[in-house]
Amino acid sequence: MEAVYAACVGLLTFSGVFLCLRGRTFPVVMGLTLLSYAVNLFLFSSGRLKLEGAAILGTSFSYTDPLPQALVLTAIVIGFAMTAFIVILAMRARADLGNDHVDGRLPPQPEAKPRRKKEHA
Amino acid sequence: MSEHLTILPILLPLIGGLLLLLPPLATTLERQRLGALVVAALTLLSAVLLLQQSQTEGIQLYVLGNWQPPYGIVLVADRLSTLLVMLTSLLGLASLLYACAGDDRTGAYFHPLVLLQVMGINGAFLTGDIFNLFVFFEVLLIASYALLIHGGGKQKTQAGFHYVALNLLGSSLFLFALGILYGTLGTLNIADMSTKVAALSEGEKVLAKAGGLLLLAVFGLKAAMLPLHFWLTRTYASASAPVAALFAIMTKVGIYSIYRVHTVIFGANAGDLAFMAQPWIWPLALLTLLAGSIGALASPNLRELTANLVIVSVGTLLISVALMNQQATAAGLYYLVHSTLVCAALFMIADLISHQRGKAGDRFVMSRKVRQPFLLGIMFFVAALTVAGIPPFSGFVGKVMLLQAAQSGTEMFWAWPGILLSSLIAIIALSRGGTTLFWRRSSDKSQSEPASRWHIAAVALLLLGAPLMVVLGGPITDYTAAAAEQLHQVPESLHLLLPGGES
Repeated sequence: MEAVYAACVGLLTFSGVFLCLRGRTFPVVMGLTLLSYAVNLFLFSSGRLKLEGAAILGTSFSYTDPLPQALVLTAIVIGFAMTAFIVILAMRARADLGNDHVDGRLPPQPEAKPRRKKEHA
Repeated sequence: MSEHLTILPILLPLIGGLLLLLPPLATTLERQRLGALVVAALTLLSAVLLLQQSQTEGIQLYVLGNWQPPYGIVLVADRLSTLLVMLTSLLGLASLLYACAGDDRTGAYFHPLVLLQVMGINGAFLTGDIFNLFVFFEVLLIASYALLIHGGGKQKTQAGFHYVALNLLGSSLFLFALGILYGTLGTLNIADMSTKVAALSEGEKVLAKAGGLLLLAVFGLKAAMLPLHFWLTRTYASASAPVAALFAIMTKVGIYSIYRVHTVIFGANAGDLAFMAQPWIWPLALLTLLAGSIGALASPNLRELTANLVIVSVGTLLISVALMNQQATAAGLYYLVHSTLVCAALFMIADLISHQRGKAGDRFVMSRKVRQPFLLGIMFFVAALTVAGIPPFSGFVGKVMLLQAAQSGTEMFWAWPGILLSSLIAIIALSRGGTTLFWRRSSDKSQSEPASRWHIAAVALLLLGAPLMVVLGGPITDYTAAAAEQLHQVPESLHLLLPGGES
């Protein structure tokens, strides 16, 4: 279970970082969302992974740490709000600046040289 | 009442900001202004009272919901945090005063946003719980996102997207770091963490070190430490003047957090992990100074010059962090208060100048004369002397104290040239800019409005700090020395911070 869990967090973080480094606003927003998923899973695991553990006293024989669950809940709420904000901001930037590049302007396209394959950046 | 004083600097702006959104106050701009100014003044009053209380009665612990410290969330009002809360409240008041002259007309909800931002910053300073610090960071950030693009425009949207994306990334890293630290230390209370670091096993130490250094990266992003400072210039230069002035404290929130985490948790009592960030902070501090100085020389207008001077002040403060001794922290706190006030004032002065110079704005080019050369000239001159660290103003005192705090030869070798050369470069950049702004003029006609009373009141409020911090230098340095002692001598106050005993 631990290995699968860790691999999931790692894969999500990897994809998130990769997408954050892209040049358009939509992949960047997606990347930030994936990163926040990764971080939520990671925070959850900071109280150790445990099957069938209850978080409330008097309901079970084995207990799990309730604090990470509260932390994750807080992080999810904040993450939602921030994602909503950056989506709106990205749409506004698209309208204000006329393109969806993170720098607000398209980078100069390299001129296609003859006898060479055209490269797509 | 007095036992609830600790939470008032957070509650007052929160409730005030929410009330401003409701009908009786939200209907007209006059009521918004009056309401916001009253709330900001009350917040400042409560901050002053809190400072007095923590001075006379020692550290104030406010246990939210009466859940005892290692488990519940606490607010801690010690000398350091109350000083910064007072500074924030003052800055919020000045920013609102300045905005009352017309900057608040450019969009809706300016006043509530400023109050909520003040609430977030005050909360970040007062909290004694590191996850709560994250929450208050987010509160102040989301208010700052909205304030930054307040008024709209291409430049603001573009700078805003960078700022928001970077800070969201920073928040993710912050949570990763918190997860690591909670997983190893099993607590999030800062005082409790400081007692547990030394007892970690070998494997956990590596993890805790990774967590601590991740936190350094996050706070470095907020504070604009070297490789993470590129967002600052454009963001601050594109924000409107009262917002940029309020943002002058935001980099200091990062510095404050570095003080808290890396002198309290990973400080002298951390066993093998003691001062683990020091080898990283030293080169980064010097390089930040260098980058800020080069930026200052290359700035095409006064606003960007001020933004680069903010980076220089961050570099200077990082040197005080890197020195990691009590005297350096005391000097750093004095410098922190001074540089926040003067950088905020400079942003406002840049705005006043650009209003009166017509099309040229605050760019360093030949243009028409400003309407009030005497008034603006005096303001600029005082601010420039202060920020560059020339006597008789507060910058000089702060820098001298910092130079004295470097004790060993190696420390002097690195710290002195950094601080002195950056001051020299600030003088060059400011005198070059000032002569162009005030003396190189084409015609003597100027049709602009003179500065309004609100503007002058706001700038005066901030600039008065420069002479006052010298006149009252004795009490203030005593206070910062005591604050630094409290910060460095954590074990002595543990019985206050963890009344339930060490669990």
